[in-house]
Amino acid sequence: MTPLLEVRDLDVHYGVSQILFGVGFSLAAGQTMALLGRNGAGKSTTMKALAGILPARRGVVRLAGRDVTGAAPYRLARLGLAYVPEDRQVFPAHSVEDNLLIAQKPGPDGEITWTLERIWESFPLLAPLRRRPAGRLSGGEQQMLAIARALMGNPKILLLDEPSEGLAPLVVASIARLLRDLRSQGATILIAEQNLHFCLSIASDALIIDKGQIVYSDTIAGLEANEEIRQRYLAL
Amino acid sequence: MNGFWRDSGVALAALVLLLGAPLAFSSPAFEDFIIRLSALALFATSLNLLVGGSGMISFGHGLFYGFGAYAFALLMQRTTLSLASAVLLTLFLAALVALLVGAVCIRLKTIYFAFVTLAIQMLFYSVIISWVSLTGGDQGLQGGIPRRVIAGIDINQQGHLYQFCAVLLVAGLFAMRHITASPFGMTLRMIRDNEARAAFLGIPLWRPKLAIFVLAGVFAALGGILASLFVSGAYPEFADWPFSGQAIFAVMLGGIDSFLGPLAGSAILLALNDIFTRLTEYHGLVQGVVILLFALGLRRGVLDFLRVLPGRGEVASR
Repeated sequence: MTPLLEVRDLDVHYGVSQILFGVGFSLAAGQTMALLGRNGAGKSTTMKALAGILPARRGVVRLAGRDVTGAAPYRLARLGLAYVPEDRQVFPAHSVEDNLLIAQKPGPDGEITWTLERIWESFPLLAPLRRRPAGRLSGGEQQMLAIARALMGNPKILLLDEPSEGLAPLVVASIARLLRDLRSQGATILIAEQNLHFCLSIASDALIIDKGQIVYSDTIAGLEANEEIRQRYLAL
Repeated sequence: MNGFWRDSGVALAALVLLLGAPLAFSSPAFEDFIIRLSALALFATSLNLLVGGSGMISFGHGLFYGFGAYAFALLMQRTTLSLASAVLLTLFLAALVALLVGAVCIRLKTIYFAFVTLAIQMLFYSVIISWVSLTGGDQGLQGGIPRRVIAGIDINQQGHLYQFCAVLLVAGLFAMRHITASPFGMTLRMIRDNEARAAFLGIPLWRPKLAIFVLAGVFAALGGILASLFVSGAYPEFADWPFSGQAIFAVMLGGIDSFLGPLAGSAILLALNDIFTRLTEYHGLVQGVVILLFALGLRRGVLDFLRVLPGRGEVASR
C-alpha cells in the first residue's frame, strides 16, 4: 500500500545556509508520528517545507502517491494536508466560530466529515467560547482552535508544529487527550515536538532529527526503552 | 447586509447633496473643485484598494489613470462612439491592460512589486512622449473632446460635466466600498495580514491579487476619464510618476485604513493646492510642510486619526 505521505532526500536552505540534509520518511494512513529533536534541529523547517511554505532545493514529496514536490501551499491544503503552525496564527479580531468558518472546506475527495457541531463535541473547551474573539483566548485555547481550524478543512493528514510549546502542564494534558481522541478516530498525524513525554501517549512511531538529518526511526515504545538514544539526541 | 443599506443611504445622501448644491448656490469654483476632486478621489481610492486593502504598494498606478485619459480622449476624437460607449470601452481596455500588467507584477512582493509597477508606468509614459502622431507628445493631446449630446447631457457645459462627475464619483466609490466589504475584500485583507496563513488555509494567493489589481486599474481609468473631460484632452503628466505620488499622498493624508480616507486626503490636497498657489509661488514648500506635520503629528491619516481618538476603541478593520 502506498504511504499517505512520503518524503525522500529533502534538502532545504535558508539563503546560503543548508538546514535539512536529505530528510526522508514515510507515513501510512492512520499512523501518528512524532518528529522529535532539540531546538534548531530542523523540525519546524521540515514542517514548513512539507506545508509548501519553504521551498525544497532537492528531494521528492508524495501525498497519497501523487508527486507534490514544489506545490503551492494552497494546493497542498486542497489536497488534504493541514498545517498548524508553531505560533498558531489564529485571527485575533474574529470570533472562535468565525475562525473555524473561514477554514471550512470539503476534503480532497469532496467529503465533509468535520462540521461545526462535531468540533464543539470534540473540543468541549472551545464550545462555550464560540463568540469570543480568538485574540482573547489563552495560549492553550488558541492551540485547540488552531487544531480545530485545521480539521475544518477535512484533511487527510495533520501537521502539528510543537503543539505543547509554552503551555501549562494541565493544558498540555488536555491537548494530549484531544490528539489521542483524534488518533482513535483514525486521523493521520505528524507532530514536531521537543517534549518526548507529551508524545508518548499520542504517537505510535517516532523519528529523531538532528542537525537537519533523520538519525533514528522506531516505534515510540522502542524509543522510550532506548536510554542511550534519548540521552544522545533529546536530553538537554 | 446592514452595512450595504447603510452605505446605500450614505451614497444616496451624498448624491442628493452634490446634485442639489448648484440649485442652492451657484459657484463655478465649487463645481470646478468637485470635478477635479472626483478624478483624484477615484484614482486615490482605487490605489488604496491595493495599498490599504491588499498590502500591495503600487508605485505605478498612474499608468491606468493616464491610460484612461488617453484612451477615452482618443476614442472620442477618432471614432463616433457615444459618450457612454467610449467610457465603457475605455474601462474594458483598461481592464485588459491591468490583466497583462498584473500577471507580470503580482508574482513579486513588497519593493520589487513597487518598482516593477513603476517601471511599467514609466514605459507607458515614454510611449506617450514619443508617439507624437497619436498622443501629441509632451504637448498633450490637443483638439478637445468633441461634443456629443446624449439624452440632454452635454459634457462640454460645466453644469452637466459637474453632474456627470458627481454621479460617477459616488457610483465609483459605492462600488469600491462594496468590493472592500465583500468576502472577497476580507480575503484580500487576510492575505495582506499574513500571506502564509492564507495560503495554508487553502487560498490561491494569485487569484484575488490579480482580480483586485484589475479592478483597481479600472477605477483608476475611470478617474482618468473624468480628468480628460475636465482638461478636454490628456497630458503626459497624468501618467508620470509624481502624479502617482500625489495619489499616495492623498491616501496617506486621509487615512489608509478608512474607506473614505483617500477621498478626504484628495480634498485636503486639492484645497491646499488651490489656497497656496494663490498666496505664494512656494506652494510646494507649504504643502510639503503640511504633509510633514500630518505625518509626524498625527502619525496616520486624518480619518484613521479620528477613528482611534480616545474612547473610540481600536480601528476595527485592522
